[in-house]
Parts: sequence; structure tokens; C-alpha cells
Amino acid sequence: MMKVDPAKKWSGPMRPYDLVKEIVVAIVVIGLLACGLAALFSSPDEKAVTLKSWVTAAPADFAQVATGELAGTTGSAGYGAPYNTAAKGQHFGFIKLQDWAGVRIPINPANSFVVEPLLISNDATAIAAVNTWKAATADQRGKWANAYEGALTKAGDKTTLPDPNNSFGPVPAMIDGLSMMAASGALDGALLTSDSTLPTNFTKPMLFLADSDGYFGALATKQHLGGDQWGVMNETGSWPGQSWLWLFSFWYQIDPFKSSDNADTIIMLIMALLTLALMFLPLLPIIRRIPYKIPVHRLIWRNWYRSPASKQ
Amino acid sequence: MSSQSWTGRARRATLEKFKPEDLLPEEQPAYVASWVYVFGVATIAALVMLIASGLVLTLNGPAWWHTSSVGHYVNSVHLWSVELFFVFMVVHLWGKFWMAAWRGRRLATWITGVVAFMASIMTAFTGYLIQTNFDSQWIASEAKDGFNSMGIGAYFNALNTGQAILLHVSLLPLALGGIVAWHIILVRRKGVVPPIDNDVTIEGSSK
Ligand code: HEM
Repeated sequence: MMKVDPAKKWSGPMRPYDLVKEIVVAIVVIGLLACGLAALFSSPDEKAVTLKSWVTAAPADFAQVATGELAGTTGSAGYGAPYNTAAKGQHFGFIKLQDWAGVRIPINPANSFVVEPLLISNDATAIAAVNTWKAATADQRGKWANAYEGALTKAGDKTTLPDPNNSFGPVPAMIDGLSMMAASGALDGALLTSDSTLPTNFTKPMLFLADSDGYFGALATKQHLGGDQWGVMNETGSWPGQSWLWLFSFWYQIDPFKSSDNADTIIMLIMALLTLALMFLPLLPIIRRIPYKIPVHRLIWRNWYRSPASKQ
Repeated sequence: MSSQSWTGRARRATLEKFKPEDLLPEEQPAYVASWVYVFGVATIAALVMLIASGLVLTLNGPAWWHTSSVGHYVNSVHLWSVELFFVFMVVHLWGKFWMAAWRGRRLATWITGVVAFMASIMTAFTGYLIQTNFDSQWIASEAKDGFNSMGIGAYFNALNTGQAILLHVSLLPLALGGIVAWHIILVRRKGVVPPIDNDVTIEGSSK
């Protein structure tokens, strides 16, 4: 075999090679391939959902989740940073990145999703109820909201309930008002425009929507997009999604990550570490020698190795 | 004359490092004869298709493709170009791994490749966020937990569609284009790595 220093310019035999022709042919062939695949298989476009479509399709779920926002029992009410201080957030040992970053997008779900929108509505009954709510102590509010949430959950698919024992306070009137507002589409607008009159930021309506397992979560599960269904890399329907995220998605399928409250932090840290490993792979002992030990290169360069020129 | 001026230094650090025939040579070493070499170029070709279809989508705004059949087709071309782009890139990555193509001071080529891979993943991800349909809503609501858990969710807010749109159509493609250009210039500059069995630095590489 001929031996050369790979850091030096090659001084062995050459062959003609037309780089420009290669790239032009590649663009034409791959362009045709992409256009052909697009014509054959199209692309998915499952309509976006709104607070309006939610309350229309699943009014009882909407009432339960909205009451949960008042009771402080939903995902966003108990989230922690960057929205509020309701929880410490995820951590890995002493690494508490979520908590350290602090509250940067302050959102109090009871106020942001229920109280404030109702105050800008035209609904006198609901506004009177909100004023009763605001005048009450935090303790009293919690009792009302918890009682009503419990009763709604027990009732299953009821959207509103009578209050024979006087234990729900103004909550049923507030939730009725909010449901009406949502059904008219006004709630989507109210949450969207609360920070900016020409909005491009969907944080508030999306956080509210994402608190619904019964509607939003169920739609995703139906489309096999759940976190435990390789959802990170799937696409609606049967189209290929971000399959390159398979390794990221993989960790969510197995224990101990699957059942960990800190799965996101731990998996993000693992992936950051693996990315660094890939980046500096040429420096890693053992791994950098794999291509010498498992000689796939004999296949790749088989024509060259067979040629007399390689042996001179 | 040119000795210490910044302009002279800039020229020596860039233009004078390359001879025109190194940048666009008409010959390659005789061992550059394998289907594996096609995948780097195929990745560029898919990237060209991505940018072309992406520009058409951009010019018409993010909601166009929901209502126009032409728009939907252009979106499909964009999607399938992404899928091809990643398939080609991953084959390219594995090819370069089995060729140990980082030998002979080519570490920077490998690293710029990995950075291009990461930039591509972020670009594709923000693309999925700005579909403005159910899939993008779901991805955003799931992904926010990942970013929040790392303390970066307020700076990169997956629920802020406006931010995702700007990242996807400006910052990220520019960064990706820049890193790919750097990657390719490095390859041209160093020349294609010689085969493992011809490498004098590897013991026992020939039988
Ligand atoms: C956007 C993504 C990428 C593009 C457009 C791209 C393009 C190219 C092209 C055109 C070449 C020269 C022809 C060839 O050897 O195939 C090349 C070489 C190379 N690429 Fe990439 N690449 C990309 C990503 C990567 C990745 C992810 C890696 C590995 C982690 C990588 C590692 C390399 C190496 C080490 C070489 C030098 C090969 C040699 O000297 O023989 N590239 N790339």
C-alpha cells in the first residue's frame, strides 16, 4: 500500500471531476424528486384549535378546567417558572435551571384566564360575580372553587350546576360567563390582545388550552402525538415528522425517565452531553478507532483499493 | 506596502489562502470515486430546494398555504425537501464517520458539520412551530416544557409564534447557510481526506 500523510496535499494520481456539473445535476434530480414526492404524498394540515372550538366541542371539560384555573389545580396554575412561583420546577440534583431563571413571563391563571377577561365583557351577571370573588379572602375563594371543581368533576358532562348548599359562591356565574365568552370567540381575542393589540404571541390562550387533557390532550393522543407515543417526532396523520429527533424522543419511552417528574431537564441534559460527544467524537478514545476496527471503509473505497495505483 | 493594514491582513487571511483552482478544481484524487461522496452534494441540493420553496412560502405569508392549493403544494415540496435533506445529511454523517474523515487536521470540518446538523434541527423545529395548525400548537405546548426545564423558556418561547416565525425565516437559515459555506470551504481548502489504508499515521492499516 502507498502511504501518505493525510495532513499534506495529495500527490498521488488524480482523476477528472466536474464539481459544478455534479451540483447542477444534483439540484435537478433532487428538485424533481421533492416535487414528485410532494405531488404523490402531499402534506398534513390539521386545523388549529381555539378556546371557541374547545368550549363548543367539550363544554363540560372547558367548565372543569376553567374552574381548575380558579382553584389553582391546573398544569399552568401549578407550573412555576417562568410563569409563576407555584412550584419549584424541574431539577437534576442541585442543578435547578428552571427555578434559577425565575419568573420572566408572569401569568396568574385565575386572573389572566378568568377574572380579567370577564371584566372586559358586557356580561353584568358575570361582572357582579367577579366583584364578589375579588372582595373575598383567598381562603374563601379557594373553598368555593375547589367545591365547584369537585362537583363538576363528579357530575361528569354537566357544564353548570345548581348550588343547593350555597358552597360555590360566585364561581358558577363566573364559569357560565366565561363559557359564553369563549363560545362567542371573544375569549380568544381577550387573551390574545391582553398584552398587545396586534398580537403574534399565543402564550396565554395556548397555556389555557394546554391545561385541557380532555380536549386538547385527547386530540393529540388520537393523532398519536402523546409524549409516551414518540410524540416529539411524530406528525399528524401518517406523515413522517421530525424523525431526526428519535434519540430525544426515545428517552421519554423508557424508565426511569418516563415516570420522572424531572424528565425534561434530565433528557435535555443528556442530549446536550451527547451533542458535545458527537462534536468532539474525533477526540474520543476507543470510539474514534471504530472506523479502523470495523472496516466499512474497505467497502466505500473498494474500487480504489483494488486499483494498482493505490499500491504503488 | 500592504504589510500592516487591516485590509491587507484581511486579504491574506482569506483570499490569498485560496488558489482559484483549489476552490473550483477540475480534478480530484483518484480515490474520490464512491457513491458516498454524493451525499454531501445531495444535502446541498436539498437545501437549495428548501430555500427556494421556503422563499415562496415566505413571500405569501404564514397562513397562505391553508387556503390556497398552490400554497399547499409548495408546503408539501418544502416538507419533502426537509425529509430528503435530513436523510442525505445523516447518510453523509455516517459515511464521514466510517471514513474517519476527521484525519489530517480535518477536525474543524467535522465540527462545522455537527454544528450544521444542530442548526438544521433547530431550523426544522421552528418550521414545525410555525405551521399555524394543530400540529404546531401541540408541538409548541409540549416543547415549552423542555425549554422551561432548562431555564431558557422565556428567551425562546415556543408559544410565541411571532418569535418562531422570525427565527425560522431569518436568523436560523442565515446561520445555517453561513455554517454550511464554512464547512464546504474547509473541505476545499484541506482537500478530500485520503483512504484509511493509505494513511501513514494509522498503525496496521494495511494488510
Ligand atoms: C447541512 C449539512 C451538511 C452539508 C450541506 C455538507 C456538505 C458537505 C460536502 C458537499 C462535502 C464534500 C463532499 C463530500 O465529502 O461529501 C462535505 C464533506 C465533509 N462533511 Fe459535510 N455536510 C453537512 C453536514 C455534515 C455533518 C453533520 C458532518 C459530520 C458530523 C459532516 C462532516 C463532513 C466531513 C468530515 C467532510 C470532509 C470529508 C473529506 O475530507 O473527505 N458534514 N460536507
